[in-house]
Amino acid sequence: MNTNSKAPLLKVDDIHVYYGSIHAIKGISFEVNEGEIVTLIGANGAGKSTTLNTVSGLLKPRLGMISFNGESIVGMGASRIVAKGMALCPEGRRVFQQMTVRENLEMGGFTRPADEIPASLEDVFKRFPRLKEREKQVAGTLSGGEQQMLAMGRALMSKPKLLMLDEPSMGLAPILVEQIFDIIKELHGAGVTILLVEQNAQMALSIADRAYVLGTGKITISGNAADVLADDRVRAAYLGG
Amino acid sequence: MVSFLRFFINGISLGSVYAIIALGYTMVYGIAKMLNFAHGDVIMVGAYIAFCAMSYLNLPPLLAVLCAMVVCTCLGVVIEGLAYRPLRQAAKLAVLITAIGVSYLLQNTALLIWSSNPKVFPSVFNVGQIRLFDGNLVISSETILTIVANIVIMIALTLFTSRTKMGKAMRAVSEDRGAAELMGINVNRTISLTFAIGSALAAIAGVLLCSSYPTLQPTTGSMPGIKAFTAAVFGGIGSIPGAMIGGLLLGIIEILGKAYISTELGDALVFAVLIVVLLFKPAGLLGKPIREKV
Ligand SMILES: Nc1ncnc2c1ncn2[C@@H]1O[C@H](COP(=O)(O)OP(=O)(O)OP(=O)(O)O)[C@@H](O)[C@H]1O
Ligand SMILES: [Mg+2]
Repeated sequence: MNTNSKAPLLKVDDIHVYYGSIHAIKGISFEVNEGEIVTLIGANGAGKSTTLNTVSGLLKPRLGMISFNGESIVGMGASRIVAKGMALCPEGRRVFQQMTVRENLEMGGFTRPADEIPASLEDVFKRFPRLKEREKQVAGTLSGGEQQMLAMGRALMSKPKLLMLDEPSMGLAPILVEQIFDIIKELHGAGVTILLVEQNAQMALSIADRAYVLGTGKITISGNAADVLADDRVRAAYLGG
Repeated sequence: MVSFLRFFINGISLGSVYAIIALGYTMVYGIAKMLNFAHGDVIMVGAYIAFCAMSYLNLPPLLAVLCAMVVCTCLGVVIEGLAYRPLRQAAKLAVLITAIGVSYLLQNTALLIWSSNPKVFPSVFNVGQIRLFDGNLVISSETILTIVANIVIMIALTLFTSRTKMGKAMRAVSEDRGAAELMGINVNRTISLTFAIGSALAAIAGVLLCSSYPTLQPTTGSMPGIKAFTAAVFGGIGSIPGAMIGGLLLGIIEILGKAYISTELGDALVFAVLIVVLLFKPAGLLGKPIREKV
């Protein structure tokens, strides 16, 4: 173990997040090191999306520190954080329904210089050939699986060091879930660090290096993915015994 | 027949002014999700600025319009920054009341500066007319200019929103503000830009309106503002082509209604048609049905 040799890419330290008077995140801390796949699992309403939205800058923590690449990003605002090399593929995909596939991808590359866009588009189309076929189609008319691919492609257009995925397999048929996980592994192989939130704990733990289990607003269990997968409490609560 | 044609052309001309104003309402609504009730009064300010530039500074008309556009653009951005931006997270009602407050503020400031005595807007764009049907149908240069201006603005805006990076960013913000932020789009800056464009168009509309209806006073913007807002709803609020169609139809209905049904009821007729349309198409002619986000 030489995790000390390098500071973590993402460090979240004791953050508290509120929705009005609702205390949704009650002091959680975790880290993601460069080159890892880290997964965050937990029951519905545990606060997984709130955590990712806070890290990405859409929500502001009332207390606590978040640093990315050694720099504090608390209060920076989502639009500036993207340019630092972090992308969130949000829950429910949230592609721009009335814009074409290509326009969605262009928006993903909003922070990048115009002359780098064509090459990135090519990369995304190579990874997702289906999107190339649908280039001029309006995103709202894509199937659920295609929309998920578009959402991931769009996030990749910003060339992120850290890609955060919020339930990428939601609502997809098993074969597509398989495909999405394959793509996540490929991206990881290509050097992208990944923070993955999943309902499908079994699959998430099987590809992750490390895992954190979120109870209501707090981290209850953490460790190597294999250990978490073997943990009786996790098996009982999230893996159906 | 010739008189019908005359009314029809006048309707298109008035409708073009409504359409240009309606664009400001519809773009701001689409992106900031608010009704900027002060928009009508920005028209009035634009007309006064152009009036002063021509009458007191003796500037040529085109330069006067440019002055009005610059002043209104700044005004729109300042209004958004000072009055609306602090309320970005506030309840819709608070924003609406603020907008009404800004509207009165502009009217009263204009009253203070220019008094309530109507000014007669110079007929600067009257450079001749076209006579058809042995002189029975006269089309003034103002009418032609208004219609041409509307067409040019529509084409320019369509190209802007479909081709440019900032235009696409505007569409992205109007669809999903949070997702747009995740793309790295600065939402505040995009909203400012929308107010800037809408207000610049309001200045043009003010000058065009006063060229055809030359009485200028602090309340000049109110009624056209309300009608243009109606046109925006009529066409489907948030939709740029909707504003165009809504504005044109409204102008035509108003002029034909006044000519053939009743001068007094012309305005009421406009709203009656709106109500009927909304009964059958609640989102307006080109509006998208509102989807609730889960
Ligand atoms: N906009 C909001 N306003 C108020 N409360 C909210 C809001 N969004 C989430 N919450 C609350 O915060 C808590 C955490 O929600 P969050 O969406 O982060 O859960 P999650 O772990 O992502 O759940 P799921 O697996 O269902 O996506 C929940 O109790 C939820 O009701
Ligand atoms: Mg969630």
